[in-house]
Amino acid sequence: MTEEIVVQDKEIVVPGEKLAKGMSFLPGPGTYRDNDCVVAQKLGMVSVEGKVIKLISLSGKYLPKMKDKIIGKVIDVLMTGWRLDFNSPYSAVLTLKDATSDFIPRGADLTQYYALGDHIVCQIVNVTSQKLVDVSMKGPGLRKLRGGRIVEVSPMKVPRIIGKDGSMVQMIKDATKCDIVVGQNGLIWLDGDPSGEVIAVKAIKKIEEEAHLGGLTSRIATFLEKETGQKVSAAVQGGAQ
Amino acid sequence: MMNQEQRAHLLRALAKNVRFDGRKALEYRQISVEYGISASAEGSARVRIGGTEVIAGVKMEVATPYPDTPNQGNLMVNAELLPLSNPKFETGPPGEQATELARVVDRAIRESKCIDVHKLLIKSGEKAWGINIDICSINDEGNLQDAACLAALAALKDVRFPKISEHGKVDYDADKTDEKLPLGKEPIEVTVVKIGDQFLVDLLSDEEEAIEARLTVAVTEKNTVAALQKGGQAPLSLEELDKMVEIAQKLAPTLRKAL
Amino acid sequence: MTYHKRFDGRGFDEIRPMSAKVGIIPRADGSAMFKIGNTMALCAVYGPRDLHPKFMQNPETGILRINYNMMPFSGHGERVRPGGGRRSKEISMVMQNSLLPVLNLKDYPNAVVDVFVELPQTDAGTRCAGITAAAMALADAGLEMKDMVCAIAAGRVEDKIVVDLNYLEDSHEDGCDIPVAVMPNSGNITLLQMDGEISREMLKEAIKKARDACKKIYDVQKAALKARFAQRE
Repeated sequence: MTEEIVVQDKEIVVPGEKLAKGMSFLPGPGTYRDNDCVVAQKLGMVSVEGKVIKLISLSGKYLPKMKDKIIGKVIDVLMTGWRLDFNSPYSAVLTLKDATSDFIPRGADLTQYYALGDHIVCQIVNVTSQKLVDVSMKGPGLRKLRGGRIVEVSPMKVPRIIGKDGSMVQMIKDATKCDIVVGQNGLIWLDGDPSGEVIAVKAIKKIEEEAHLGGLTSRIATFLEKETGQKVSAAVQGGAQ
Repeated sequence: MMNQEQRAHLLRALAKNVRFDGRKALEYRQISVEYGISASAEGSARVRIGGTEVIAGVKMEVATPYPDTPNQGNLMVNAELLPLSNPKFETGPPGEQATELARVVDRAIRESKCIDVHKLLIKSGEKAWGINIDICSINDEGNLQDAACLAALAALKDVRFPKISEHGKVDYDADKTDEKLPLGKEPIEVTVVKIGDQFLVDLLSDEEEAIEARLTVAVTEKNTVAALQKGGQAPLSLEELDKMVEIAQKLAPTLRKAL
Repeated sequence: MTYHKRFDGRGFDEIRPMSAKVGIIPRADGSAMFKIGNTMALCAVYGPRDLHPKFMQNPETGILRINYNMMPFSGHGERVRPGGGRRSKEISMVMQNSLLPVLNLKDYPNAVVDVFVELPQTDAGTRCAGITAAAMALADAGLEMKDMVCAIAAGRVEDKIVVDLNYLEDSHEDGCDIPVAVMPNSGNITLLQMDGEISREMLKEAIKKARDACKKIYDVQKAALKARFAQRE
């Protein structure tokens, strides 16, 4: 019985495609075992880590995860809090006690705090098996986002947009002089000078398109230089490609 | 829906003539027209304006003229905003938006005499050609109206008359003839929008949320106005209306060039 | 009677020219186009997303909802009145059943994956083209799928087994149309329908030929999905 990996690292594979033959290989996320083979369970990019074969998803909806910082939009004001849409099949609830450290008197007009259509950065504090989600505003950086604009990207690309230790998004912020907040759920808020915002959005969309290709950081740096006409230092040496 | 602060942010950007995608207020995205995209239709076309994509198909039939117009052929324009094209669109019969879209395109084509319906007559009171234009949205990134009218017009230009069988009905199995539709004027629709005190054209879906008032103007190649439709909740002054018509006349050639 | 030569001159096992593209509807969560001969299917996937009406929600798993529709100008003859009808409903349902076996929607309780299939032009084999396009669109949407699904119609025209019937063959009075959908890696069949009349031996042969033909369709699907993420200069 030959034990072998039949695909290359970073190869794009389709559902049902054989990735490895042999029981010594372990099916990681995005794959499953079929008899003695490890098989792809979605459209994704192969990532081999020792004996574990996994797939990096290139697309898909955001599934709420504990501790994730997300950007949500208020879609309903309830008796006990607010309901948020965060570009997922499920909505989230922000209760009074998690909304602010201030004391909110009974019967207060909750729209004074967060009104319909407001976008907020919050943190997921609970996800039930039925995917009911609770969020909290208590924590560093969590706040209502005033003005600005929102763009949507694939949640799978968020890690590349943020970069190692936030280096990619910082590079874009510095080059375009925009304030940028990236939600793990793929919603991104920007606020800056109109032309700076346009360049920032183009850079973000470029990362989204090319996230799976190598040399991303230097390509984005070059792009930003061309668009802003100013020198850009690719913040991290080595690090994320 | 945009809240006040987001709206203010957009207005500030517009004041500097910079839109969300970097365009100027009166600038169209890239426009392309492809003919003959459906082998099943007697005429068809695909129009892309930026990322927005619309297709139109024309089916011809030999029908009886309507009783009150015995010497004319029949013309019908239908539009479907397919759920394919936008997560907000639902299945089912055309709603308000689709109906308005179809009727505004219909008016432009009918009133400009784009098709001379008298030339469609085969036998007075008995037989005439019926033309059915169906417009379907494929990807909605804003400005379906202008794309729809352009697609309908392009589809009409693509039409070749089918053969008529010995029974006097259309023979859909046979090859089409080389005969084109006798087209008169060619109306182009330009939708001009008011946000704050700015006029814009070719809105992105995000921008469409901030529309206060809009005016769709159908312009012929003779620069006459063939149809009008005002939408949106804010009123428009006479000066504003006049200015919007002027903008439409100035920009119609941009779309016409793509045909 | 003997069917000597196919109406369009193809070999009896020959499939019409195919093409496919993934990601054609940027607004959708996943999308694909599949063309076989003059039949073209466009497919957009939206989901998993919130499901209304609430009574349709399933707390144990997400559900798949397929909507198949022919554009008014896509029919072989006269204009097709919009609004679906019984045929579209039935096709939507068999398409659903052909794709569910590969999908895992357990991570999305109470949600729905909406699949919209529209055809701008047709020349028989529409439900098969729809299934083939839908499988690509579902993969493009990042859903968990054990395998792809491909589909093609085989059949009998007079005394011959043929693969990939066009309209003329499908509507021929002495014949039989057999749409088959297959999971390419296991060979298992997820859609089988038939109308016409056929012997048991010929039926088995037709299904076998359809399954073999699906290998070529799988190649087209694979190439289109991989091309979506190919190196750009």
